[in-house]
Amino acid sequence: MRTLRRLGLAASLAVLLGAAAADPADRLADPAKEARARALFTDVRCLVCQSQSIDESDAPLARDLRQLIRQQVTDGRSDGEIRSFLVSRYGQFVLLTPKASLGNAILWVGPLLILIAGAAALIVRGRGQTPPPTSLTVEEEAELENLSAKLSGPGTS
Amino acid sequence: MIDELGQFALILALCLSLAQVALSVAGRLRRDAALAGAGEGAAMATFVAIVIGFAALIHAFVTSDFSVLNVAANSHTAKPLIYKIAGAWGSHEGSILLWCLMLTGYGAAMAMSRRLPFGLKASAVATQGVLGVLFIGYMVFASNPLTRLAVPPVQGDSLNPLLQDPALAGHPPFLYAGYVGFSVVFSLSVAALIEGRVEPAWARWIRPWTLAAWSLLTIGITLGSYWAYYELGWGGWWAWDPVENASFMPWLLGTALLHSAAVTEKRGAYPSWTALMGIGAFALSMMGAFLVRSGVLTSVHAFAIDPKRGVLLLGILGVAAGGALALYAWRAPALRDEAAFTPVSREGALFLNNILLAAATAVVLIGTLLPLIRSAIDGTPISVGAPYFNLTFGALIAPLLLALPAGPLLAWKRGDLAGALRRLWLAGLVAAAAALATFGLVTPRSLLAACGVALGAWVIAGALAEAAERVRAFRAPWAEVGRRTLGLPRGAWGMTLAHVGIGVFALGASFETAWRAEGAEALRLGQSMHVAGYELRLDQIGQEFGPNYVGERALIRVTGVDGRLLCIAAPDRKLYAARAQTISGVAICPTALDDLYVVVGDKRVGADGAPAWLIRSYWNPWVRFIFAGPLLMALGGLVSLSDRRLRFAVTRRVRVQPAAEPAPGPEPAPAPAPAPAPGPAE
Repeated sequence: MRTLRRLGLAASLAVLLGAAAADPADRLADPAKEARARALFTDVRCLVCQSQSIDESDAPLARDLRQLIRQQVTDGRSDGEIRSFLVSRYGQFVLLTPKASLGNAILWVGPLLILIAGAAALIVRGRGQTPPPTSLTVEEEAELENLSAKLSGPGTS
Repeated sequence: MIDELGQFALILALCLSLAQVALSVAGRLRRDAALAGAGEGAAMATFVAIVIGFAALIHAFVTSDFSVLNVAANSHTAKPLIYKIAGAWGSHEGSILLWCLMLTGYGAAMAMSRRLPFGLKASAVATQGVLGVLFIGYMVFASNPLTRLAVPPVQGDSLNPLLQDPALAGHPPFLYAGYVGFSVVFSLSVAALIEGRVEPAWARWIRPWTLAAWSLLTIGITLGSYWAYYELGWGGWWAWDPVENASFMPWLLGTALLHSAAVTEKRGAYPSWTALMGIGAFALSMMGAFLVRSGVLTSVHAFAIDPKRGVLLLGILGVAAGGALALYAWRAPALRDEAAFTPVSREGALFLNNILLAAATAVVLIGTLLPLIRSAIDGTPISVGAPYFNLTFGALIAPLLLALPAGPLLAWKRGDLAGALRRLWLAGLVAAAAALATFGLVTPRSLLAACGVALGAWVIAGALAEAAERVRAFRAPWAEVGRRTLGLPRGAWGMTLAHVGIGVFALGASFETAWRAEGAEALRLGQSMHVAGYELRLDQIGQEFGPNYVGERALIRVTGVDGRLLCIAAPDRKLYAARAQTISGVAICPTALDDLYVVVGDKRVGADGAPAWLIRSYWNPWVRFIFAGPLLMALGGLVSLSDRRLRFAVTRRVRVQPAAEPAPGPEPAPAPAPAPAPGPAE
C-alpha cells in the first residue's frame, strides 16, 4: 500500500543521503538557537517531498530552507516572524500546522461536534430511563451463591 | 496459455458474482432455499475462479513471463523468488486482484457459514456479491493484471531494492486481509438493515469477522510501520502520512465496532450505532484503497491527468458506501433500542470508548481529506501534518486510555465507579510510581512524557488487575483461582492481552518520542562520536561491488558507558547506477528494549583534507514496545477469535481466512450473569 509514497521517498533519499537536519556542517554554534531552529523545522514542510518536514528530509530544497531558517534565527527574528516570512514566500502550504481560519475550522470543530453529540446522547438517554435496581437482597445473594456453587464449572465466572 | 486461462477465470468470476447477486436476491424474495443455496454456491465458485486467476498471475511472475504487461513492468529475472511472488501484488493491478481474492474468499467463507438465518444470509451473500461485481468488474475492465504485450521485452523493468524486504512482502496481504475482512461485517450490517433486525444474535455473528479483520489489519499496519522504521533510514516509525492514515482509519473504526458490538451482543443496546460502525469500517477501507490507488494523494493534478481509474474507484466507493449509508438513513430509525442503563455502567463506558474513537477517526479523516478538498474547491493548498495530528489525536486518546481500566470493572446497567476505582488502587499506585520515576530519573525532564508513561503503566496494570479480579487471585483459595483461570473464556484473555498491548504501545511511544537521541558527525577513520552514552568509533570503510550496485560499508564499533562492546554496526550505502538510486542500509544494534540505529552518509573532505564520512545515529529507547504492543493486541484478537463460543458463526474450514475457522462445536450454556459482569470481550 505504501509503495507509491515510499518510492517517492526513496527518490528523495537518493538525491542526497546523509544531509539530515543534524548535519554537523550546518549546525549553529549556539545550542539554544540550534534547538529553536530544529523545533521550527518540524513544522515546515519539505515542499518537494511527500508529507515530510524539512527536519526529516534530505532533499536539497529542505536543506536550503533549513539554512534560511537558521540564518533568520541567528539574526534574532522570532518564531512568529520566521513563520510569517515563510508563509509570505511559499503560502500556507509550507506550514504543517494548519492556520486557525474559517476554512480550516472543520479540523477542530468536526471532532468536537462528535464529542458534543455523544455527550448529549448519553445524557438524554440516561435521563429518560430508570434502570432496574442492581443490588440484590440478602436472600437473593444467598440464592445466587447457591446456584453458582451448583453450576460452577468451566465457562462460568 | 496459462495467462489466458487466468484471464478467462477472472471474467468467469465476474459472471459468477453477477449470478451470486441475482440468485441470492431471487432466493430471498421468493423465500426459496434452493435458489439462495445456488447463490451461495456461486459465491464459492467465484472464489475458486479468482484463485485460478491469481495462480496464473503468480505463475507469470515466477516464470518471468514478460509478455504480461504487469510482469514486464514490475519484475526482473534477477529478483529472488520470494520477491517475484510478492511482486504479484506490488503493482496496482496485482493489488486489486489480491483485494478481489480476499473479498471473494471472505464471501465464500460467509456462504459456508451454517448458522446464519435464511433471510439475513441470503441478503448478506447478495450484498457481498454486489461488492464482488463492483471490484471484479473494475479489475477486468480497467485494471487487468493479465493483459498481454504484443512485443514482450527481453527483461523486466523493476528491481527496486528498497521494496525487496520480507516485512514489505508480507505487509499488503495482511493489510488487505484486514481491510477486506470488514466487507463481511459490511454485508451483514446491510443485510440486517434490509431485514430490519439488528439484534444480539446478529452482533454475535459479526464478531468473529470483526475480530479476524481487526487482528489482521493490526498486524498489517505494524509490519508497514516496522518496515518504514528500519528500511528508510529516518529513525521514525509513524509520520501521519496520508497513506498511513488510510490504513489507520478503518482500524480505529474497527476498534470502535468491536466494542459497540459487545454491547449490542450482551445487552441489545446501540443496534443502529453498531450497524453504522459495521458499514463505516469497510467504507473507510474502500476509501483507503481509493486514496492510495487513485493517485489523488501524490497530487490532485496527477489525478486529473489520468482520472479513469480514480474516478472508477470513487464511483465504486460512492455506490457501495453511499448506498449502504442511504439504506441506513432509511432503516435505522426504525430499530428499537430499549436497553436501559445509567451513564456510569459498562454500556456507558463502551459508549465513551466509541465516541472517543469516532472523534479520533474524524480527526484522521478530516486531516487527511481537508488538504485535498480545499485545493479542489478554492485552490488553496494547505498542509495538515504531524503537529496537528499529534496534538488533536493525543487529546482524544489520552482520556480513552485513562478511562480504559475502569470500563471492564463496571457492571452492566448500573456500575459502581467508586468500587471500580477502589479495585484499581494498585494499578493507580503503579502508574503514579511510573510517573514519578520517569519524571525524576530520566533526563531531560518531560512532564508530558512522564504522563504518557504513567498512562501506559495504568492501562497495563489495570488490565492485569481486572484479570486478577476475574480469577479472584489473592482472594479465593489458590485451587479455586487455578480452576477459574482455566475456566476463563478465551474472549476474556483476548481482551486482557489487547488492553495490555495498547498500554505497552503507549509506554513505548511516549518514551521513544520524548527521549530519542540523535547524533550526526563527519568522522574520519578512527574517530568517535557519542550518542546517548554510547561511543561509536568508525573503524573501517570497505568497498562493495554487487551485481548491479557499488557500495560502501562502514564498520562502526559501538561501546557502552562501561566500555563494553555493544556491537559492530555495519551500515552500508549502495548506489544502483541503473536506477540512479542510492539506498542506505540501516544497522541496528538492539538491546533488550532499545535500538541504536546507525546510518552511513556521504563521503566528504574532513578538516585536514582527509576523507570523512557522515555518520548519523539515533538511539530509540523502548522502541521495541512500539511494535510489540500492537502485536500483543493482534494476538489478543486472535485468542479471542479462538473462543469456542464464536463457533456459532462459521462451521467449516475455509482457506484464505485462517483466523476464522473454528471447527464445529456445541454451544455452551450461557453463564449466569454475576453481579460484576464478565468483560466486553466475551
